[in-house]
Amino acid sequence: MQADTALITKSEAPNALPKAATGIQGLDEVTFGGLPRGRPTLICGGPGCGKTLLGMEFLVRGATQFDEPGVCISFEETAEELSRNVASLGFDVDALVAGGKLAIDYIFIERSLIEEAGEYDLEALFVRIAHAVQSVGAKRVVLDSIEALFSGLSGESILRSELRRLFRWLKDQNLTAIITAERGEGSLTRHGLEEYISDCVILLDHRVTESVFTRRLRIVKYRGTTHGTNEFPFLIDSTGFSVLPVTSLDLNHSVSEERVSTGVASLDDMLAGQGYYRGSSVLVSGKAGTGKSSLAAHFVNAACARGERCIYFSFEESEQQVVRNMRSIGIDLEQWIERGLLQFRAIRPTTLGLEMHLVRMHAIINRFDPRIVVIDPSTAMLNSSSELETRNMVLRLVDFLKSRQITALLTTLTDNDDSVDQSGMNISSMVDAWLVLQEVESSGERNRGIFVLKARGTAHSNQIREFLLTGHGVELRDVYLGREGMLMGSARLFQEAKDASEAALLRQDIESKELLRERKRRAIEAQIAALQLELESEEQETQRLIAHQELERKQLEEDQLAMARSRSVNVGASEDNGSKGRMAGGRK
Amino acid sequence: MQPDKLSSETNAYESALSEQPTAEDYVLRLFVTGSTPRSARAIQNLRAICDEQLSGHYDLEIVDIYQHPEQAKPEQVVVMPTLIKSLPLPVRRIIGDLSNQQRLLAGLDIVHRSAGHPEPGRGR
Repeated sequence: MQADTALITKSEAPNALPKAATGIQGLDEVTFGGLPRGRPTLICGGPGCGKTLLGMEFLVRGATQFDEPGVCISFEETAEELSRNVASLGFDVDALVAGGKLAIDYIFIERSLIEEAGEYDLEALFVRIAHAVQSVGAKRVVLDSIEALFSGLSGESILRSELRRLFRWLKDQNLTAIITAERGEGSLTRHGLEEYISDCVILLDHRVTESVFTRRLRIVKYRGTTHGTNEFPFLIDSTGFSVLPVTSLDLNHSVSEERVSTGVASLDDMLAGQGYYRGSSVLVSGKAGTGKSSLAAHFVNAACARGERCIYFSFEESEQQVVRNMRSIGIDLEQWIERGLLQFRAIRPTTLGLEMHLVRMHAIINRFDPRIVVIDPSTAMLNSSSELETRNMVLRLVDFLKSRQITALLTTLTDNDDSVDQSGMNISSMVDAWLVLQEVESSGERNRGIFVLKARGTAHSNQIREFLLTGHGVELRDVYLGREGMLMGSARLFQEAKDASEAALLRQDIESKELLRERKRRAIEAQIAALQLELESEEQETQRLIAHQELERKQLEEDQLAMARSRSVNVGASEDNGSKGRMAGGRK
Repeated sequence: MQPDKLSSETNAYESALSEQPTAEDYVLRLFVTGSTPRSARAIQNLRAICDEQLSGHYDLEIVDIYQHPEQAKPEQVVVMPTLIKSLPLPVRRIIGDLSNQQRLLAGLDIVHRSAGHPEPGRGR
């Protein structure tokens, strides 16, 4: 209700038309506060569209929530029938009647039992209404369907003028009234009541499109105030009416700095060590069997462990199935269901229309007031509707959850292999964080990888991690990154082993190379030694030759000296030596 | 057999005294709203017919629902004025200011609807 008041004060001038809140989910939002106070409102629609229920809920909620007693003047159902019919919505009409909060007057007119003999008026009806109003001090009145008078009495002109007087009278009494009427051909009501009730006209409608039943509500007219002009889908379920307001016009969700754990410590690490932002929407996309639900279960498990309420909407698996499957990875969801922290809603997507789903989810969420909502998978809706509609619906749901500060985790099933950007419905721009679960197929096995594609406002890891589903939950491992690319699973193990053996081989290689080099060095050293030896011996030889030559020269000198001495020639006249020698030679 | 005869005579006498309606008598209730012209007209019209056709064999109660609004609900009175004939059976409701005498007589089963002219007496 607080949200509603906020809406009203924002959009209405201070001296705006006074309104009476209906207390009906969503209706006060689309009417910006409720029905015009002290004036009649016309509710029209075909048979079975919920006019009576709307009227009754208006009265019951008025009596229970706003301390405004009410009167129901029923022309179609007896008090017993009415009370039995709305008991299915959880309203205890009998108790309200006994407590003086509600009066029901059943008016029965059977034409065949009536003889008309002259002019008449409806003063008795006025008296009865006035009497009922007085008996409980009513502020609200429902006339369900007053048109029954037209079939019960002839003299339409009398009836018309009397009805005009009645509506005038209701206004004078300052009663907030709902008048229901059957929809007519080409006009809002069969008997043209819209002519007399011009303050507020609401049209209820139900139709079947593609075998799917959808109820819709439209405010045709609301004099003196702004109102939603769209067709709003609505739902009648075990708690009454719920009207789904369309997306709020402005983006002004309050934003939280608080973080919530993903339930997987290593995944928290990838998101700046803290997990998702409270009230954000998280998308987990991946192909079948990549572990989306397991990730969601982790999130829910952690939240329930903190004592937060969660709702898990499952569109593919039943409650028992999910509980069993999650037990296999070590998550016990059953304990949370038993403690009332986790509500499980398994809904078959094809049972209802898209909008009905949305309205129903709205109603469930409003009632349970969870902090966390999981929708698994949101793509399941595609079965029953077009992509655009589904996208719209998810957008509206995300919007609603954000406005309620509920952290949402949506999974989407993708079937496109090559593109990681494929989020199933292109809803990625609507979400705050997007985790992608990938499957990597290599060497005869499938492995899972996870990475954070985006996380608004979070310094997140850009790494792909290996995503392991073990008997005690999800585990993230650093993947192998090497020359061969990213490897996971046994390929990772294999590659790691391979690397190890390669390293060993290389080591051996180096060792043998070193050995070889040593050997070569030794050989070269040996060669050097040999060459040195050779050099030495050559040097020795040269010296020997030099010495030999010296020796020979000395010998020659000595010989010459000796010869000269022997021939008694002047030894000092060395220049003669030659001629003398020649002479000597010539003599020989 | 004398006591029987006596008692039946006494009964007849007593019933006549207390004006308890018998099966042959009319029990009528006319619901009006105060002394509005239409109500006044209805009372006048009804009284005239009753005096003329039923001469004493009727029991007429006039209920002003302004005074007794709670009486309107159990009798399912919606329009004003409403005349309810609860005896003789069948129960009939006649609405309006009763200015249409023929319809009033038909409603009271004093004349058959098919009969063109009003028949005196209280046969049906």
